Order: sequence, then C-alpha cells, then structure tokens
Amino acid sequence: MSFSASDLLTLTREGLYCPLGGFHVDPTWPVPRALITHGHADHARAGHGRVLATGETLRIMAVRYGAEFCESRQEAPLGQEIRIGNVTVRFAPAGHVLGSAQIAIEAQGVRVVVSGDYKRAYDPTCLPFEVMPCDVFITEATFGLPVFRMPDTRDEVKKLLDSVALFPERAHIVGAYALGKAQRVMALLREAGYDRPIYLHGAMEKLTELYKQEGIPLGETPKVVATERAKLHGAIVLCPPSSIQDVWSRKFPDPVTSFASGWMRVRARARQKGVELPLCISDHSDWPDLCRTILETGAGEVWVTHGQEDALVHWCGTQGIKAKPLHLLGYGDDGEAEPAAAPEEAA
Amino acid sequence: MNDFAHLLDRLAYEPRRNAKLRLLQDYFTHAPDPERGYALAAMTGGLTFREAKPAMIRGLVEARIDPVLFGLSHNYVGDLAETTALIWPAPTSRSDEAVVGPGHNNPPPHVPTLAEVVETLGTVKKADLPARIAEWLDALDETGRWALLKLITGALRVGVSARLAKTAIGALGGHEADAVEEVWHGLEPPYATLFAWVEGRGERPTTLNPAPFRPPMLSHPIDEDGDFEKLDPAAFSGEWKWDGIRVQLVGGRDAAGAQVARIYSRTGEDISGAFPDLAEAITFSGAIDGELLILREARVQSFNVLQQRLNRKAVTPKLLEEFPAHVRAYDLMHAEGEDLRPLPFSERRARLEAFVAALDHARIDLSPLVPFATWADLAAARADPAAVGAGEDADAIEGVMLKARDSAYLPGRPKGPWWKWKREPFRVDTVMMYAQRGHGKRSSFYSDYTFGVWRAREDGAPELVPVGKAYHGFTDAELQKLDRYVRNNTTKRFGPVREVAYGLDHGLVLEIAFEGVQRSTRHKSGVAMRFPRVARIRWDKPAAEADRIEALETILARGEREIAPGETLTEAQG
Repeated sequence: MSFSASDLLTLTREGLYCPLGGFHVDPTWPVPRALITHGHADHARAGHGRVLATGETLRIMAVRYGAEFCESRQEAPLGQEIRIGNVTVRFAPAGHVLGSAQIAIEAQGVRVVVSGDYKRAYDPTCLPFEVMPCDVFITEATFGLPVFRMPDTRDEVKKLLDSVALFPERAHIVGAYALGKAQRVMALLREAGYDRPIYLHGAMEKLTELYKQEGIPLGETPKVVATERAKLHGAIVLCPPSSIQDVWSRKFPDPVTSFASGWMRVRARARQKGVELPLCISDHSDWPDLCRTILETGAGEVWVTHGQEDALVHWCGTQGIKAKPLHLLGYGDDGEAEPAAAPEEAA
Repeated sequence: MNDFAHLLDRLAYEPRRNAKLRLLQDYFTHAPDPERGYALAAMTGGLTFREAKPAMIRGLVEARIDPVLFGLSHNYVGDLAETTALIWPAPTSRSDEAVVGPGHNNPPPHVPTLAEVVETLGTVKKADLPARIAEWLDALDETGRWALLKLITGALRVGVSARLAKTAIGALGGHEADAVEEVWHGLEPPYATLFAWVEGRGERPTTLNPAPFRPPMLSHPIDEDGDFEKLDPAAFSGEWKWDGIRVQLVGGRDAAGAQVARIYSRTGEDISGAFPDLAEAITFSGAIDGELLILREARVQSFNVLQQRLNRKAVTPKLLEEFPAHVRAYDLMHAEGEDLRPLPFSERRARLEAFVAALDHARIDLSPLVPFATWADLAAARADPAAVGAGEDADAIEGVMLKARDSAYLPGRPKGPWWKWKREPFRVDTVMMYAQRGHGKRSSFYSDYTFGVWRAREDGAPELVPVGKAYHGFTDAELQKLDRYVRNNTTKRFGPVREVAYGLDHGLVLEIAFEGVQRSTRHKSGVAMRFPRVARIRWDKPAAEADRIEALETILARGEREIAPGETLTEAQG
C-alpha cells in the first residue's frame, strides 16, 4: 500500500502525532517533543520536553508560563524547511495572533498542512495568512456555519466609538481575550484615530507589553487602578471576558458592557453573557474564508479539528473534496462554558 | 430602514431605561420624516399590514442556500429571522463587480426606506410579496434584514413600550409623555403634525377624535409605617381596590353626529374591539374611569376568570355570554363636553353618581365608597371587606384606595392625592432551586431565583417542584449574600443559570409573598403565582420545613369558587 497522509499524521490521546518525526502538534498533554502553532493556552501548554515554534510564540509562552516552560526550545523561522527525523516541516503565517503559524509536514511526496487557528481578515498586529498548497489540509471550524460572516472590523470599532460619543459619562468595558484580541482591538482603535489612553485590566498588562516590545504600536495603555475605577467616565477599558460579568466591572461609572468576539454574531450568545454592545471581531476564519482557503490550498482531502465540523464536512462533499471530522478534544471551541471556567482564549 | 434597524439593534441589547430613552431621542432627532414617524408607529403597535409567514421566508432562503447548511445554522442560532438575516447571500459583492468591469449596467441595489416598506406592505398583492421581500433582503445590510424580518413577521419585540417611545417624543420639545398621550389618539402614522409640534414648527395637534384617550391618574402605595400619621382621615374618601383592569369608557359624537364609543386600557391602547358587549353600553358623551370586571349573577369574579377572557383572541358569542364584561365606575373625567378633571374629587364623585344613575345601564355601576372615620376603621375594612359591605365580591378586592377629597384629576402619578393600600399578600415558605444572573446593574449577580415547594412523588417520597420565580424584594446587601450563597452552593450550570443544592437536609428557604395563584400549564406544578417576590430570606429555617404544594392549591381553590357559566348562585355554593 502506498504512503498516505494518515501514515504521516495519526491521532493520539495527546492530539496529532507524526510518527516519522517523533513529534506532536499542539499537544494537550505534556509530550517529549512538540510543535506549537500559536500561544493560546489550549494549543500551547507548559511542561513539554522540546518545543519548536516561532520566536514570538516562544516568547509568549515564556511570558505566560515563565522562562522554564519546557526543557529546550528551538525557534522556527517562517518559510524555512526544517528536517525532523524523516520529515520536513515548514512554518508559515496563520494570521491568527502574533506569532501564529501553520505547519506544513512533508514526507515521500505527501504534504499535510496543520493550520492551527487562522484567519484571513485584516489584523494590524500579526502577519497575514499565507496559502500553502497541500494534499491534506487540516482546518479548524470554530465558525464553521454560513451564518458566520464577519463584518468589517472598522465598522465594529466605529460602533464602540459611537457609543462612547453617545454616552460620554459612562465607562465602556470591553471583554477581549488577553492574547491577540485585546491588542488587535487596541490597534484598530488607534487606526480609527482614538488617541486617549486605553485602560487595561491587570490580566492584559504583560502580554500587551510584549506586543509593544515586538514592535506593535498600541499607544498609551495604563493599568486600571482599583481605587480610581469610579472616575473613569467615558473611558474604554479592556478586560478578560470573564471580568465583564464580574463585580470588578460594576465599580466603573454606569458601565456599558461590551465584548469583542466572533460569537457576538449570534444575539442569544450576547444576551447570555449580558453584553449590551456586542462587537463582532473574530480571530478565527469566518465561513466564506474557511471555504475559500480550502479551495485555494488545492487539497484533495480536508480534516476538520474543532468547532462546527458537520457543516464544513458537508460543504466539502458538495465540492467533491473528501473530508472528515477529527473530533479532537481539549481545544476551546464552543464558548458555552462559564467564562471563568473556560480556557481564556476559547474564541 | 438601515438607521431604524440599527436603532432596534441597540435597543435590543440595552437594559437601562434612560439609555433607551437617549437612543430613541437621538434617532428621532436625526431621522427624517416620514421615516421616523413610521418607526414610532412600529414601536407603538400602530402599523397594520399583511404579515409574512415563516414558511415563505424559509422558502426564500432555501432557494439560495443549501438547505442542509441552512438547517444546521437555524438549529444553532435558534431564530428564523436572525438566521435568515445572517445567512442571506450578498447579491453583488465587490469582487463580482470587478469581474464584470465598468460599463456593465449593474446599479447598486436600492435600499428601501422604512416608509417604503410599510407603504408597500399595505398595498402589495399576496403573490408579489415574496419577490418584494427578496429584493429588500438583497439591498439591506444584515441588521437591516433582521429588523425587516422581525417587522414583517409581526415579531418586533425590542423592549420599548409605547409609553417609552412617547416619552422620547415628548422630550424632543420638553413635554411630558402625558402631553403626547393627550393628542395621540387623533393622530395617524407617520405623525408629521406631532413632530412639527414637539419641534416647535407647528401648532399642538388638535384632536378631532370625539372619543379621545386621557392619561389616567395613578396612585402611590402607602407606607404603613410613616404615611398615615401625616394624613388626616377626614380629608380622604375610601374605595375598594378592584382586582380587574383599569379602563376608560369614552363616548362622543363625530362630525356627522354618529356615536363613537371607545374603551382604552390605562396605557391608551384601544381595546374596544375585544369588548363589544361593553362598548354597546357607551351611549353617553363623556369619559368614565373605572375597573373592567367580569360579573356573573351580579357577583364580581376573580382576576382568574377575567384573564380567561383576556387570553382569547377571537371574540365569540359564547365568550361574551360566559364572560360578561362590566365596568365599576370610580371617576368622571369628562361629561357632555365639559372637562371635569380640574374639579375636586368630591364634586367629581357627585357628578359621577348622578351620571351613572341617569345612564342606568346594567353593564356600568358605581364603585361604592368605603365609609371610615379613623385609620383603624379603614384597616378593619381592608382586612375583611365582606364585613364592611363588599359581601360576595370580597374575593375580587385587592385592597383599598384613598383619594383626597379636594384633589383634581391629575394625569400620571402625583405623590399625595391618591394612595393604594393593598391587602396583605399571601405568604409561603419555599426552597431556592435555581438562580439566574440579572441584567443591567445586576448583571454580575445571581438575582433571579426559581423556588419550589414540597410535594409527594408517585412513590410517596417528598420532592421539590418549582412553582415560581422572584427577582426582587431584597436589599442590595441581601443580594450580595444571596449571590455568594448561589456561587458557593452550585451543583450544575446551564449557561446563565445555576442549579443550587436543595433537598430535605440542605437548601435555602425563601419566604415568598404573592397576590394570588392561577392554574398554569407552563409550570410542572400546575400552578403559577401572581407577583411573587422575596419577603424574607430564612437563613435559619431547614429546607424540610418549607411549605407543601397543598398550601398553594388551597389558595387556588378559594380563587376558583366562582360561578361557572350557566350555573346559578345556589348551585355554585352547593
């Protein structure tokens, strides 16, 4: 029998595994050797032996888990082929968050691309997604339903600024995942001409500082001082999603509760979270981009990792592309869980 | 249409009244005529047109989108209008235009105004409706599509009452909502004269309506601990507080001399169509303020019975016969062209008595005064209405009203002249079962509690069954304690709802006060309470000692001791 993609990558308890290279990709448990696509906590965990990832991702992991998050680390320069065991791997930008990458794995003329989480929409804080032609494309499907068509982020940011103008005495509390979304919102606000300080919940401080060190201008971003909260009339405050429902946010002057997430596409989701000003800003591909990307890779087969896989698998069928769900566990994909219990960057 | 849609979108997420008001004012200030007028009509229920059926909308989508994908999406989103709005394909994307190139005759789609939508829906032929809706959906943005679909399927619920919309309109010109109510019933969408008036560009619209609505006078609840000592019993009249619905019966003659009869709810809704039996009784020229009640065998029936009539859509002869509507009159606002509202209550009352006597109609009678000399007398009447002249009607009385004898009839809720003193509520000890996060200022707290009482399972073992939900009656400090209790005793989580620990040996007892019990098919227990609220938090009481379902069933049975239609009084009592 000829060599195929399922010889190149198999499913183990820890996640995707490449037997010829002896490594896992984004394992959810500690493993001897891991390739990491990006720094979100459900993909990048501490405690592995050797870790290969982009420099930005390694630095993000160091900020989150401390410098000793693994035994040894190696930086993967984008676009360069790296030999591991009997396979060749290559990292390319995924457009998800700073440092996010897809990983192409190739052996005996068969190439599989593990895309991790990715998006095609505009994001001033990371490199844009790059199409890598392949035989098998492994895709997420977080927003894998045709109702998920994300609007232009500039319009969403304008919604926020319009609300600040209409309610100048109220603080606007914007929930955003601490890695990626928060910094993207800050950058978009700056591009829209907003030059006042953007206040940060303590949980966002370190990663925002890292983004600035990586050369992404975000302007003045002071940390909220607990005793000063009641004075922040008209301020924009960014905090982790769990904090918008927290007593913490109630100390601001008559707060407007906002949340920047692709989930805000669905009204019921916004209402369940008590969001008054939903901002539909997603770091995942929307439906048209998922479909477009699959076609552009030229893949004859698609494996769907996590999210709304049924619809995407069905769509692939209508396009004559073989597709199957992988039912990978451990990745944040539903956003149903209590904010406090969910992985911080679930969406 | 898009501006209106974005207003609805913001309103739908906004829990605060004042913020809603601000959004409305902002819209009414900037939107042009007649657009804003139709928006006002949409929010006040003033539009009538042929509604679109969900099956038709589904058909339009499935002609454009793979039905499997649409089905999966609809399951996920859970709302047809929203799913359709989100999934509707953009007719000509920019990339398509680039392919077609310049010179191609491909004009941008025409975005309909709300006025156009409303006017078209009023005239369009049924067969042409789907094509028109598809054109509109093509042209609108996603929020516009959502609002359009909600509007045309008759499901526009955005948390704005007609009253709030009128408050916003009034505020444009520094008027109270009641000033808008005064002119409202002479007006038609798109209300150009109303906007001209509030913006100072035109005269106050004169109502040509011979039977207009007038905003009612409302009362404040009396505080037993402080208010009585400041009030002189001799300065007040007492009346029963009837447990029906507040209405105005208004009659007058139009320009052609024909009698016009209207029944208005207390919010100004014209409900004449639902009560033709009562409208027939409006043979007079004037405006009576009173309580709508169901009377059988001259005996007032409970609110339960009235509700059975209110819940029916079709007004059938059988319904009219089984649930005859009456009005118990307590004020006269207008008579034979004369505005009586500036007169003191005692004079209006004398005029009312004469008016009702002259009318001599079986459907309209006088709400009797409750005589008292001291507050103690009144307290006794409130405690036992049957003993003080209410007789058989006592079960339909929910307290007493106090009206200052010298008070003019003032629209709204002025503090001082009118007081209500409700009967002691029923009370029951329950066990907290679920808690849900609140909204607005309470959005961080578990503030809505579902509570249950004990009943016997089929095998005889006791179990708790939910009987209601309460979200007020406690202080902010108590709310913080309750919130902490919920968080520390959670057993399951369902989105914004948590199940808390409850059982024979653990659980929190909430003493619930309520106004009555109704049968309910929606509740597993078969009963529903009216106006339940937390009276006391019984941190001290073991859950096993909470009340049983029989306590509620007894109250229910009392409320149901009405006369069944066709029965005579003696049969019902036997």
